[in-house]
Amino acid sequence: MPVRETGSHPQPTVGLFVTCLADLFRPSVGFAAIKLLEAAGCVVEAPEAQTCCGQPGYNSGDTESARALARRTIEIFEGYDHVVAPSGSCAGMLKEHYPHLFSDEPEMARRAETLAGRTHELTSFLVDVLGVKAVSAQFEGQVTYHDSCSGLRELGIKEQPRELLGSVEGLELVEMEDSEVCCGFGGTFCIKYPEISDHMVTDKVTRAGESGAGMVLAGDLGCLLNIAGKLKRQGSPVQVRHVAEVLAGMVDEPAIGEPGFGEAEV
Amino acid sequence: MRATSHQFPENVHEALANPTLRQALSKMRGGFPVNRAQAISRLPEFDALRDTARDIKNHTLEHLDFYLERFEERVVANGGQVHWCETPQDARQTILEICQRLNARSVTKGKSMIAEEIALNDYLEEHDIRPVETDLGEYIIQLRKEPPSHIIAPAIHVTKDQVIEAFREAHTELPADRPLDEPRDLTDEARTMLRQEYFDADVGITGANFLVAETGTSTIVTNEGNGDLTQTLAKAHVVIASLEKIVPTMEDMATILRLLARSATGQEFSVYTTLSSGPKRKEDLDGPEEYHVVLLDNGRSDLLGTEFREILRCIRCSACMNHCPVYGAVGGHAYGWVYPGPMGAILTPTLIGIDQAGHLPNASTFCGKCEEVCPMRIPLPQLMRAYRTREHERGISPKATRWGLRLWRFLATRPRLYGAVTGLVARAIANLGWGQGVVTSLPLAGGWTSVRDLPVTQGRTFRSLYKQTKSYPASSTK
Repeated sequence: MPVRETGSHPQPTVGLFVTCLADLFRPSVGFAAIKLLEAAGCVVEAPEAQTCCGQPGYNSGDTESARALARRTIEIFEGYDHVVAPSGSCAGMLKEHYPHLFSDEPEMARRAETLAGRTHELTSFLVDVLGVKAVSAQFEGQVTYHDSCSGLRELGIKEQPRELLGSVEGLELVEMEDSEVCCGFGGTFCIKYPEISDHMVTDKVTRAGESGAGMVLAGDLGCLLNIAGKLKRQGSPVQVRHVAEVLAGMVDEPAIGEPGFGEAEV
Repeated sequence: MRATSHQFPENVHEALANPTLRQALSKMRGGFPVNRAQAISRLPEFDALRDTARDIKNHTLEHLDFYLERFEERVVANGGQVHWCETPQDARQTILEICQRLNARSVTKGKSMIAEEIALNDYLEEHDIRPVETDLGEYIIQLRKEPPSHIIAPAIHVTKDQVIEAFREAHTELPADRPLDEPRDLTDEARTMLRQEYFDADVGITGANFLVAETGTSTIVTNEGNGDLTQTLAKAHVVIASLEKIVPTMEDMATILRLLARSATGQEFSVYTTLSSGPKRKEDLDGPEEYHVVLLDNGRSDLLGTEFREILRCIRCSACMNHCPVYGAVGGHAYGWVYPGPMGAILTPTLIGIDQAGHLPNASTFCGKCEEVCPMRIPLPQLMRAYRTREHERGISPKATRWGLRLWRFLATRPRLYGAVTGLVARAIANLGWGQGVVTSLPLAGGWTSVRDLPVTQGRTFRSLYKQTKSYPASSTK
């Protein structure tokens, strides 16, 4: 557990829920989140025992798996003032769905409720909870923002990332048409129904391309891997990043799906 | 109608390869949702109305037996008759008997999804009674011999040229060289062809948007006035409705009516809202001599007391499908039965069985748009998830998914092993990219790589980097 500073204004402790996709595919998103949270005055820790929030099982009807993973996530993140995830989807799982998973176990339901009350998506935490209005970062160019479904509709995340992006020096946000329409990721959906998913992500990258922006940002790696994967398949020069990377000024690493990683000496 | 919901992926494949359908669907997406948004922006109390409407329906469903019996009392007092039908066959047989008693040769029909649900037209035809659809969309698809692809715009998948073709083929008594290029020509021709049918029909069958318990009234909303002619000109008016259409009072109906057209087409009100409360009275100038309400259950009462009862609030506005990106991609026929889109993904497995329709609740990204626009606040994604849970419990979900989930749970509950395995996978995917940034084909991930590349990892997992340094060292990735 991180040590709190004593004094009249103790620093809030934050347990970072990295999410399994960021852990596996894009650690830089986790580190960008840490940088942003620390800059906002938090003491951040990413508990080592964390794995997955259980959403794949939950959305596939495997409630038992979901409960097993929820149970351990609830235990691991007890004791932090806040729990923050760089994902609206995973934060939504902890916030909106965990309490329902334990409707027949009052004690676990209570603990799930407590966790839900302390859990936030990253940009929403910075803006809504900490009152952050600006970040100190620089980015030259036009970006467009895709509103990931869970963040948008479960957690009401719309203006928060845009407000923070507005403070990035040199960055111009140009909105794409249909930014609120699903990209077609949907967890296991994109593998079970690849043709529908393809149709949806093709629409999404078309709209993104029409915006004229050179980069697509979003707050969820699932969408980002899907969108980047389609853009690369089409040979598009449009780049894709998690919004946290831009807000933290950590854009030296190649964008998602861009060459640079994967040399044999990794 | 023969259900093809079990072959949903094949239906999808066919739909996505159909350029005419693509064109029609993209037109729809620019229409209904835009009009709805405008209508709602002019009604600040829309969200408050949704809460009231939800509460009205929940209350009604909790006392369904009471309100249905009250409804029947009123209908009988007005000189009509209520027929309680448990199954589609009961309902078909009841309607056939009414038609046969009146020696009906033809019946006119207003638009009714319940008539589709019980496959009424096929049944009447088998018994030498000719059903004539009078809603323009329904008329078109009846000529084309196909089922509706949308619950309020049944011919939304049909282009104007296809309508012209169907009319030229069917109306051979008209001059072959008549102009049909303008939409007005087509509606005029349909009107001409249908006019005599209203007078010839012995029975007029309509659906119902509402049944009002306090007055015994059935209400339909239409934009063409065809329902009015159907129900007033024939000897008998038969209303076919499922039992959840009931509301307690006229005022309750008025509340929900304020939501219905706005959610559906973006109109403030439909052009016609027609109330019928019985047969022609002595002092009436015209009207049917008989008034029948065929009340269909078809498994709906089994939903009461289950988590699926919430779908019984549905008022068939079609907002969920109009806004659904999956419906927008594949159209209504791909769903393989009467009800498409998100509400169909719940109703279809409910009515024809999860074994038949197991794909439908799975074919959703859970984007939540349907729930956002549902005027009756039906938690559609939650209900789809509940069906997925049933499929998992019964072991009818795909084996690969089940094994994948089992493996994932095994790993994700063992953090050390999880760390070791994800570390290896992170490195393997990075290496597979050969410095290209993406993997273009990956065994066991064909569902992903068949349509898009897989971006590579950054070589190491967050947890291994964090354990080592608690920060992100740029050098560790090179």
